[in-house]
Amino acid sequence: MDKELVIKPPKGLAAVKLKEIWEYRELFYFLIWRDVKVRYKQTVLGAAWAIVRPVMSMVVFTFIFNKLAGFSAEGIPYQLFTFSGILAWNFFSEGLTGGSQSLVGSANLISKVYFPRLIIPAAAVLRGLVDFGIALAIFVGFMIYYQYSPTVNILLFPFVLIWGIAASLAFSLLFSSISVKYRDIAHALPYVAQILFWISPVGYSSAKIPAHLEFFYWLNPMTGVIESFRYTLLGKAYLPPHLLLMSIFLTVIIFIVGLITFRSMEKEFADVI
Amino acid sequence: MSKPIISVENLGKKYIIGKIIHGRGAPTFRDIFNQKLGNLFRRGEDRKKDDTILWALKGVSFDVKQGEVVGIIGRNGAGKSTLLKVLSRITEPTEGKVTIRGRVASLLEVGTGFSGELTGRENIFLNGSILGMKKAEIKKKFDEIVAFSEIERFIDTPVKRYSSGMYVRLAFAVAAHLDPEILVVDEVLAVGDAQFQKKCLGKMSDVSKEGRTVLFVSHNMATITRLCARSLCLHEGRVIMDDNAPTVVHKYLSTDCGTTAYRKWEDLQRAPGNDTVRLLEMQVNSGNAERSEIVDIRKSVEIKMKYYVKEQDAVVRPFLVFYNEEGVCLFSTTDFDSIWYNRPRPRGIYTSKLEIPGNFLSECNIIINAGLTTGETEVYKWFIEPGVLSFQVVDTLEGDSARKNNTTSYPGVVRPILKWESTQE
Repeated sequence: MDKELVIKPPKGLAAVKLKEIWEYRELFYFLIWRDVKVRYKQTVLGAAWAIVRPVMSMVVFTFIFNKLAGFSAEGIPYQLFTFSGILAWNFFSEGLTGGSQSLVGSANLISKVYFPRLIIPAAAVLRGLVDFGIALAIFVGFMIYYQYSPTVNILLFPFVLIWGIAASLAFSLLFSSISVKYRDIAHALPYVAQILFWISPVGYSSAKIPAHLEFFYWLNPMTGVIESFRYTLLGKAYLPPHLLLMSIFLTVIIFIVGLITFRSMEKEFADVI
Repeated sequence: MSKPIISVENLGKKYIIGKIIHGRGAPTFRDIFNQKLGNLFRRGEDRKKDDTILWALKGVSFDVKQGEVVGIIGRNGAGKSTLLKVLSRITEPTEGKVTIRGRVASLLEVGTGFSGELTGRENIFLNGSILGMKKAEIKKKFDEIVAFSEIERFIDTPVKRYSSGMYVRLAFAVAAHLDPEILVVDEVLAVGDAQFQKKCLGKMSDVSKEGRTVLFVSHNMATITRLCARSLCLHEGRVIMDDNAPTVVHKYLSTDCGTTAYRKWEDLQRAPGNDTVRLLEMQVNSGNAERSEIVDIRKSVEIKMKYYVKEQDAVVRPFLVFYNEEGVCLFSTTDFDSIWYNRPRPRGIYTSKLEIPGNFLSECNIIINAGLTTGETEVYKWFIEPGVLSFQVVDTLEGDSARKNNTTSYPGVVRPILKWESTQE
């Protein structure tokens, strides 16, 4: 009898037990592994989907924004410019939709087994890194094709990626826990994602936004994430320091709100799901 | 004496079953909005009525010593599953405290988290990790798990192509190889074919022999008495009995309708059965006595089953399975005799009677599982309701039973009077 476990009614807001999550790291790994394995089962293209989607988006956005609307990217091939945005956006939106539905989708696990619930949305967001990695490789291929060399900014890329993960996880924590109680989220989510897409600088630069609207435009944390992706991968982007800081700050706030919401609703998950 | 491995002190779990949650799944914002709007026009008292409070557990206290195997029984909704959920930390208690001194594995369902697209091999790893096993541990036990499940040939087939029997076998095989100090098991043995069930029970009694602590919920009284030394009976969220298993089981069976020798299901919808046929009433009669809880070993016993055939032209075969209090199956019997055997029946209520001759059953507590098979012999379905009736067989020692005047222990699951002949050579 090495350890003693006491089960008591929950009081207030419990701290996130990082140590416990660490103990369950294998389950975390297995959940990601399962989703990655199952993802492209029974498809003809299989993992090629991870290539087809961003490339198709790139072609379409280049056609619409560059050829039709006449936007330019100041010396960067437009294909690369928009692909860098697609990289960030696809990772974010898949994390957002997958993460937000993850708890409801794992109802049977939650009502039958104990483990730190935080693992579920976290695994749902992080599994996107596999598709992201494939798309990133394609992106590098395009960079070679267009003979576009990265700058020293690329060294900051890991931090920007962490920011992207944090942004996706922040919304997932918030939406997934609310979704356990209110299934409205599932209906609203596709529209939220769609609207967020149009107000994110995926196909165009945020420099196009009129100065008086800039503040509101940057309230979308993805604006900062996408422009930072561009800054690190392609060497230049529209990234005013004060707006960048605000964007990072906002992500932190949403993350904290998401975490608090998650933790406070967590104890009811098994009862209401 | 060492500390108990599980101590439960004054445990309570409250659910608020508002009428909105009751109706359909999770409430949407509109439901909440409607309710709040409704509340504006109502008085304080009415408002409270909307939220029906249900104490699924209330004031539950007990200790479990290391190595004990405790069976938990009670009617549906008595709080058994909630108790297991609290013990396995799936849901948190509203009041009270539980102290657990050991590693717990809970098995509230077999195959939790199985993914149809993955192969048997992959699911063993996934499910094992969900149940709390380490990867290295699963690797080590992998061959044993596969052998136990008897599905070696299909181990690399996606489980969605498995038959339900194979699926359950694989799922249970993983669970059976958990290695915790405390095992919490809900009614998971109700699935699977009879032979595999037996194997699982065998595995479970191995587990308890190894000195592991087991908490076990079942509706099958025979299983409870066979596996568990001690039993708790829950009723409306409280522990009403805590004693050795046969005593609790017997008392539990007698609490319904005041006797164990008669059962009636008032609500047809909730009576055991399916869309074709449902049980209505069961009864034990002996000699001239109706509803006999205690039966003289010399007298014949009549088991009466009343059931409703809902489906026009259904072919129905009633059957009964007899157990003693140790959970040993004495025999099974099916109605092959009646005029209705393999004949389509018009819709209506039917009664079937079985007669067991006197001087056949042994002195013991008999527990009966009753079931009905429907359909032709080739394609049939069936259900079985465990522990519907129970009665005690007693020998009044008047010298004319199988044991004559012998008053010492007289073992055997049956006790017929057989013919002996002794001659001098």
